[in-house]
Amino acid sequence: MFYREAGDFKTSYRDDGQSFPIKLDRYGYYAILAVAAVVVPFAINDYWANAVLLPFLIYAIAAIGLNILVGYAGQVSLGTGGFMAVGAYAVYKLMTSFPEISIVIHILLAGGITALVGIAFGLPSLRIKGFYLAVATLAAQFFLVWLFNKVPWFYNYSASGQINAPERTVLGWAVTGPAATPSAKYLICLAFVVLLAWVARNLTRGMVGRKWMAIRDMDIAAEIIGVNPLTAKLTAFGVSSFFIGVAGALLFAVYLGAAEVTEAFGINKSFLILFMVIIGGLGSIFGSFAGAAFLVLLPVLLKNLLVGGLGWPTNLAAHIELMIVGALIIFFLIVEPHGLARLWQLVKEKLRLWPFPH
Amino acid sequence: MLDQTEGYTTADGRQIGPVLLDLRGITLRFGGVEAIKNISFDIRQGEIRAIIGPNGAGKSSMLNVISGFYVPQDGEVWFRGHKRGPMKPYEVARLGIARTFQNIALFDGMSVLDNIMTGRLNKMKSGFISQAIWWGRAEAEEIANREQVERIIDFLEIQNIRKTPVGRLPYGLKKRVELARALAAEPRLLLLDEPMAGMNVEEKEDMSRFILDVNDEFGTTIALIEHDMGVVMDLSDRVVVMDYGRKIGDGTPAEVRGNQEVIDAYLGVSHD
Repeated sequence: MFYREAGDFKTSYRDDGQSFPIKLDRYGYYAILAVAAVVVPFAINDYWANAVLLPFLIYAIAAIGLNILVGYAGQVSLGTGGFMAVGAYAVYKLMTSFPEISIVIHILLAGGITALVGIAFGLPSLRIKGFYLAVATLAAQFFLVWLFNKVPWFYNYSASGQINAPERTVLGWAVTGPAATPSAKYLICLAFVVLLAWVARNLTRGMVGRKWMAIRDMDIAAEIIGVNPLTAKLTAFGVSSFFIGVAGALLFAVYLGAAEVTEAFGINKSFLILFMVIIGGLGSIFGSFAGAAFLVLLPVLLKNLLVGGLGWPTNLAAHIELMIVGALIIFFLIVEPHGLARLWQLVKEKLRLWPFPH
Repeated sequence: MLDQTEGYTTADGRQIGPVLLDLRGITLRFGGVEAIKNISFDIRQGEIRAIIGPNGAGKSSMLNVISGFYVPQDGEVWFRGHKRGPMKPYEVARLGIARTFQNIALFDGMSVLDNIMTGRLNKMKSGFISQAIWWGRAEAEEIANREQVERIIDFLEIQNIRKTPVGRLPYGLKKRVELARALAAEPRLLLLDEPMAGMNVEEKEDMSRFILDVNDEFGTTIALIEHDMGVVMDLSDRVVVMDYGRKIGDGTPAEVRGNQEVIDAYLGVSHD
């Protein structure tokens, strides 16, 4: 009843092409942004930052990145963990080699380096498709993890083989290292999420995005209409890897603080991000957020419910939690194979008509 | 035979220009099979040119040669007075050749509007960074091209479905959207592969009217493959007839209809 587009007339193509054409959506988006930027930093504590908000924001970036590649351009990738590792090790090398330069620039550069690596590993996509491409990107995953384990230069010859983020500040506030406050960590992640989600939205609504989707839906027709498959696929790999690299850099430098490559960026991470994208909804930026929220929040909720609420032993709860998450993933995929984004869309369509059935 | 540069006037009084596309001695083989055997014909500026023939005659292969999918083993393709080397399909699109497909090849996951906008990609020049921040050139270009696309949407009378995902549309409308996408590229030469296949009489009439209107209003040169003889005879200015990869007739509909070889190909010959 309250969710209406009637009376919300568009008088220019600019108005019609905006990201949130319906007024209520637009105001809702501004409201969420305002709360996230102004209210949350004061309310945040260590538990909320580390268990929920930081992983949610960082995985959202990675999910948007992978969604660009899989959901928009239709190229399957299982190398996400490896590309996040590239971002993490790139930012580590940059932080330790050029300590006087701002970490924001380091993180963006790490994204750029990951983009180049992603383009290199995207080259096989010009010849192979589908499952075969997935296997080729899997090779990237294993190769990159192996590389960061084997070549000591990448972890500055440290005895443990780990990388540790030194303290860096943005505008006088420590965002990495042990002195960083939860709100400073949260704000830097939020800034990257907002910026990158906006860029992703712009790219996908314009001609770049149309080229990606054309390749995804029907590559022969795309080529006949003038899409160069080479540049379309490689830009998708580049942009996607940029996002994933930034996410990897933030995950290591801001969230974890210290990382060991097999543990932090193994094949599990690739699957985690891929599940986020599939559950959230392929080809949807909102879906990337929804999928990240689902897979980050669900274990936390279940743990609170089982351990805190029902008083179960922790180890039992941990196993049950895995089973429930797995079952829910299957349930959601059966109910709505197009993910949470489609469910949300259906709810909105129903709301538009409510309380009338037609 | 007509001269390369001189035009002619059609029966209904339209002035046809010089040669736009000239195919000289095209031969296309798949392994041991010769799909097209030494075929030459031309398509002139502003003309509606039909390619007809029984199933398996090589008509679609011919269209695929023109649009760059197949590279012929022998022969030359001349476009606007220049010999065309072997080209990728997307390079051919840049020359101003657009086409539709026999079995619709739309982008099912995208809306009608986005599908048609994709047709304009060669008209849009804004850079990657500009599109990423949606500032300046990218936005201005998007709006300017949207206006062009809306004109085509009006022209083909599909305003009410512009935001619908293409996958949900019925067959006849999909065909129309595919035509719209090809038109959005403002092609010099438009190739239509069986634009009326699988349509009922009413839809065929609509489509015929759109084809004539496109030719009339935008002056687009059209080459089409069609099986419905009534439509072919009514629409086209000149007809090429193919059979088993050979050209067996070329001329106005009336000439072709009287050609004994064409009649034999379509009706069969008695062997007594």
